[in-house]
Amino acid sequence: MYISLSDRSGGKRDKSRNNATALAAEVPFRLSPVILWLGIVSMVTDVSSESVTAILPLYVTGFLGLSTIAFGFIDGINQGASAIVRIAAGWAADRSGHPKRIALAGYGLSMLARIGFLFAGGFWAIAAIVTGDRIGKGIRTAPRDALISVSAQPEHLARSFGVHRMLDNIGAAAGPLIAFFVLLMIPNGFSTVFVVSLAFAVIGVAVLALVVPDIRAHGVNSADGGEGKRLFAFSWSHLKEPGLGKLLIAAGLLGVVTIGDGFIYLVLQARDSFAVQWFPLLFVGTNVVFLALAVPLGRLADRVGKVPVFVGGHIALLATYLLAAAPFGGLWGTVGCLVLLGAFYAATDGVLAALASQLTPAGKLATGIASAQTVVALSRMTASAGFGVLWYAVGAPMAMVVASVLLACAVVAVAVILRSARPAARQDAGSGA
Amino acid sequence: MNMSLTGSKARWAVLLIVTAVVLVAAGIYAVGAYQRFEESRTAASSVGITAGQPLPGVPFVLFRNTASGQGYGNAATVSLSDPGGTRAVSEQECDRVYGTAATVVCLKTNRGLVTAFEAAVLNRDWQVQRSWPVPGIPSRTRVSADGSLIATTVFVTGHSYATSGFSTATEISLPGGTSGNLEDFALMVNGERLVATDRNIWGVTFAPGQNDVFYATAASSGRIWLVRGSLSAKTLTAIHDHVECPSISPDGTRIAYKKNDGGGLVAHWRVAVLDLASGQERVLSEKRSVDDQIEWLDDRNLLYGLPDEAAAGDSNIWQLGTEPGSQPSLFIAHAWSPSVVR
Repeated sequence: MYISLSDRSGGKRDKSRNNATALAAEVPFRLSPVILWLGIVSMVTDVSSESVTAILPLYVTGFLGLSTIAFGFIDGINQGASAIVRIAAGWAADRSGHPKRIALAGYGLSMLARIGFLFAGGFWAIAAIVTGDRIGKGIRTAPRDALISVSAQPEHLARSFGVHRMLDNIGAAAGPLIAFFVLLMIPNGFSTVFVVSLAFAVIGVAVLALVVPDIRAHGVNSADGGEGKRLFAFSWSHLKEPGLGKLLIAAGLLGVVTIGDGFIYLVLQARDSFAVQWFPLLFVGTNVVFLALAVPLGRLADRVGKVPVFVGGHIALLATYLLAAAPFGGLWGTVGCLVLLGAFYAATDGVLAALASQLTPAGKLATGIASAQTVVALSRMTASAGFGVLWYAVGAPMAMVVASVLLACAVVAVAVILRSARPAARQDAGSGA
Repeated sequence: MNMSLTGSKARWAVLLIVTAVVLVAAGIYAVGAYQRFEESRTAASSVGITAGQPLPGVPFVLFRNTASGQGYGNAATVSLSDPGGTRAVSEQECDRVYGTAATVVCLKTNRGLVTAFEAAVLNRDWQVQRSWPVPGIPSRTRVSADGSLIATTVFVTGHSYATSGFSTATEISLPGGTSGNLEDFALMVNGERLVATDRNIWGVTFAPGQNDVFYATAASSGRIWLVRGSLSAKTLTAIHDHVECPSISPDGTRIAYKKNDGGGLVAHWRVAVLDLASGQERVLSEKRSVDDQIEWLDDRNLLYGLPDEAAAGDSNIWQLGTEPGSQPSLFIAHAWSPSVVR
């Protein structure tokens, strides 16, 4: 493997002649090694976390003889805590100007949690470890995306996020396979899964610590000393950036009509009377489509605009709902749903981070990304709870139709809201000094 | 930000070394674990066992053998008159078992790259009569006394993109091979039908001598009820609060169950007994948290499994009398999922 270190700055130099509206076709794409290595960090970290996540219920109920009931409750608390930590970490990354250090703290915390698994036995030990892992994930996401954002060529921002998400999902797909392979060879080999998981976590932290440079998030504004100072006093002002505010509203609006994947899989399973043992493959299928489409859809977003692709992703989600609610089905109907759902994630996950960073002044990058991701996470949690009520009240097919109508309305509303959101904020910040 | 060339070379070297060391260490651990597994699989069992025997004559105890060595995790039987004696271990691996004199129901995990779970009905020679997939990790199973009705409860969970929370799937398999999901039954609380968002049903027990009646746990919005179920009417009627995993006594008059007094965050299940006629409840003196569906040894004594604190993956079956002040005693060591066959 050879990656020229002189390339370390990646496309950053291009940023000095920053023109986010330049056509992607005019600037040849060069993948910043920073993004490649961040992708590798995410890949091995996902191998680490998903391998444990996949076997944790088996370990807790089948091996330790504990009940998973209370874990669901703890998990709910953790999701809320993770959302709050995410914003705080984004803010800390911006304020310190060292997003890598914050990201490292997050990856490090998750790695320490994995060490705990080697000694864990009781309920509280496992609950604490899972909590530590989730908080670590909350801490690391926004600073890492900020690093990707400042390392990417502005003309190829969404594509760069796409490359990262692709690598990330390769790890997420490989993790459970590795874990189940270990259990296939060693039926009660949970400790082996934990050791393998820890090994991948250590590699992830080592790559991040040793190879990824500590890029200052507000690199373009580094001449502007006042910018960093002002951040100490800022509170919610960053949320009032005109473009970002609109994005947050749009993301929240779409989030509250995005029902959980689990519901879609349940509808598919009930309709096609799948053999229940193939249920786990639905998740793998969606994941594989996501990783396959992450880069192509990122490229598309750079070419035709991130907003159309982001909105288009939700149209793919709408098509998923309609296809899942349709009275006919069969294998191809199911495959169609998985492809559309994977396309939805590929068109929205990395693109949202790209959009948020485009609409945020450089000095507030991590906070802006964290805000968008938190809004999406919290609104989707609300949506899942609400859809559960609907599901039992009117039955699955009708609930899907209602969700489809709501989503269609939200897509139209968001198309209108975001039409006027222009990526001007970054330029404002750059020239505002 | 810019590193000197030698500094970066050193960093690459450190990264290579760290990567190599952790991968080799994990590999060595995995190989060691595999060898330990192979050794324990072929090692003599840590308890006295016999193999290759059909179900014994009644009365006997059917259970999951968790003694290390050969036969770990397999369904086994022991004479009721000598529960600590030599156990007859079958070839069938089961996470959860329950049986009658002629039938064994076995919930099992089929490991693989797509790990699956199934329920199997075995005859008295341990031959599989029929089997069907179940949608999650085995939790509870019960068979009616004549072997015609089979109830299974599993945890639906365990995929990497799951949202929070858990749910159970409880089905009753009827003689014709059809089955009913208890979530489709009408749940009646205080005379009104409850159409809740998060209904969960688990832990079925069949009333002796009544082929239509069973009891189970129903939960919604943090409330938990003992429900009396009717197979023909497809109803579940709440009759008592805070009863989990009911188990009806052989004479059909009392229900033993676990009762959570641990508060919201972490459950602590006490063992309790409810008199069905009077509605009177008695919490027994077992101090440890019992997360099992209790089994009746006879009309005055209970059996339940508890994980062994010293060895992960091992457990023991304990006995507890239903009279006040009765203290638990070890019934079968290295065992799980007791089923008393009379």
